[in-house]
Amino acid sequence: MAQITLIEAVTQALAYEMAHDDSVVVLGEDVGLNGGVFRATQGLQEKFGELRVLDTPLDETTIAGVTVGLAVQGMKPVAEAQFEGFIYPMMEQIACHAARMRNRTRGRLTVPAVWRAPWGGGIRAPEHHSEANEHLFTNIPGLRVVMPSSPARAYGLLLAAIRDPDPVMFFEPKRIYRQYKEEVPDDGEALPLDVCFVLRDGTDVTIVTWGAQVKEALEAADELAAQGISAEVIDVATLTPLDFDTIAESVQKTGRCVIVHEAPKTAGFGAEIAARVAEECLYDLLAPVERVTGFDTHIPLFRLEMKYLPSVERVVDAAKRTLAAS
Amino acid sequence: MTIAAKFEIEYLQYLDAEGKQVRDDLPEFAKDLGHMVELYKLMLSTRVFDAKSIALQRTGKLGTYASCLGHEAAHVGIGSAMRPEDVYAPSYREYGAQLYRGVQPREVYMYWGGDERGNDYQKEPARHDFAWSVPIATQCLHAAGSALAFKIRGEKRVAVCTIGDGGSSKGDFYGAINIAGAQNLPLVAVIVNNQWAISVPRKIQSGAPTLAQKGIAAGLFSIQVDGNDIIAVRKAMEDALERARSGQGGSVLELVTYRLGDHTTADDARRYRGEQEVKDGWAKEPMVRLRNWLVAKGVWDDAKEEAWKAECDEWMDNEVNAYLETKTQPVSAMFDYTFAEVPADLAKQRDYVLSLETKGH
Repeated sequence: MAQITLIEAVTQALAYEMAHDDSVVVLGEDVGLNGGVFRATQGLQEKFGELRVLDTPLDETTIAGVTVGLAVQGMKPVAEAQFEGFIYPMMEQIACHAARMRNRTRGRLTVPAVWRAPWGGGIRAPEHHSEANEHLFTNIPGLRVVMPSSPARAYGLLLAAIRDPDPVMFFEPKRIYRQYKEEVPDDGEALPLDVCFVLRDGTDVTIVTWGAQVKEALEAADELAAQGISAEVIDVATLTPLDFDTIAESVQKTGRCVIVHEAPKTAGFGAEIAARVAEECLYDLLAPVERVTGFDTHIPLFRLEMKYLPSVERVVDAAKRTLAAS
Repeated sequence: MTIAAKFEIEYLQYLDAEGKQVRDDLPEFAKDLGHMVELYKLMLSTRVFDAKSIALQRTGKLGTYASCLGHEAAHVGIGSAMRPEDVYAPSYREYGAQLYRGVQPREVYMYWGGDERGNDYQKEPARHDFAWSVPIATQCLHAAGSALAFKIRGEKRVAVCTIGDGGSSKGDFYGAINIAGAQNLPLVAVIVNNQWAISVPRKIQSGAPTLAQKGIAAGLFSIQVDGNDIIAVRKAMEDALERARSGQGGSVLELVTYRLGDHTTADDARRYRGEQEVKDGWAKEPMVRLRNWLVAKGVWDDAKEEAWKAECDEWMDNEVNAYLETKTQPVSAMFDYTFAEVPADLAKQRDYVLSLETKGH
């Protein structure tokens, strides 16, 4: 069985679902012959034709609104925002229509669509190509916000997102698009949405994260283990609707919680998790909750961007602070 | 001088403001006087409905309501030209088109009366149409996406959207007609130019002499129509639908009409426009000319008018009663349609709200 990268897993999931469901269509800028600027849709137009893998005019609003129309007519569109920094013109269609069509019409019309976007920093890209803005979507009711952190989860979660009867934002951490390969059987098996994945069991501290930061979290857990500290690592995967029970169970066990994300700190999604920990696990806590995040600044251009992104060292330090506190 | 391309915009009119026929080549449907009477009756019932809606709002039985006074020919012309299998994406005041497609007055009242069930149109073909779209022009892209779905599936169906003159300034409108041209989509985009976007007049929306010509830039067939002349509206719609259905591409129609009422019941148009202008608007309104034409043809008279008005009154009273008797949805309804199934985390919030209910909060 072939070993594939995260981006190849995205392509594999798209190809599988398009081959098995005629209603699945892919649309966006450069998704056709060019296969997408990251090659996520490579080879799909050749296989499925120009209508099912559609190069749109260069207008994000058009992509988003046409996606709503396709979905209401019973298609399962997978729209690509070329970079998350270009997603803002799509937000009106997503927030005002995709996310509320079912509610507006009492279930008469629905939007079973997926918006994919390469997400996050760390690839030495130009301005607007490194944003982490998932928190702007987690506050929109009716929307699922999903982020894979490995090739296998990219495949399984994207299949689940396409099959889901409601709109899904699928943010792909581009920093780890080609970071490593793993075996991902092309068996059409979806992974569950709305659940967190516990990637590493531990007893002393819980590290909660998602997307590309899962890499730093796991490396930090290795380093902490070398220092005799046992860290549990949770990949949230579906940010909303949140599976808080898995996080609560872990924090009740460890008594310590470190939340790691790339996005700015204030009102980032980590704030929601911290608030929930305070509401539901306060008496289990042995130390204050720590957040290791991007700063409340714009992510700098690439000479400084690694100073902005949470590092293994910052995660290790935060975990050790929670241990020092009790 | 070399001309790269040359364009012109036709203006279509059959009946002038007094109801005199300005051209002899009546379209087929207009030769069927029985059908023309039906169209007139629906225009009249739309007007009765509208007056009833405003009365409901003024007596505190309805929230903010967007009147369609003066748009009857435009809206009924659109609705009557479409086939059941087509899809309609309206903005929020096209009741004449929607009543034709099966939306019930009680559903309009429910929506403006604060109940989402008003968008759950019960009767076909409205049941597969889009619901009212308040964010301006966003529905144009839903129609374009629908048209793309029809093209992908090889279905001979057309998607129709309507916007106002203000809506034609928005990127969503340009995006919709642009992709329709590029992909040869069966889309009919109708600009109902009623001269006012709340308080902002047509001339502030665009320096273009016609709004129809915006379609030229997208490569679509484009025409300006007397939007108060139902024969012209219906004819332009029929032609546009036929072109779209037979794979000859989309169209932009500009229906020139006048908003005789306020923008909504929350608006007071006297703040920004003069009496004379409104008087001129009434002189060109759509009902009188069609009535004059039908009376001259001997198929309509005062007695029929009064009898139909009485029937409409009774119809609307029934609808109003049905609306007023509608019980408020259970509080759980605000959770039930957020997703196909209520997620576990959201169910906790629902259960909390339900617990408040049992405590009588």
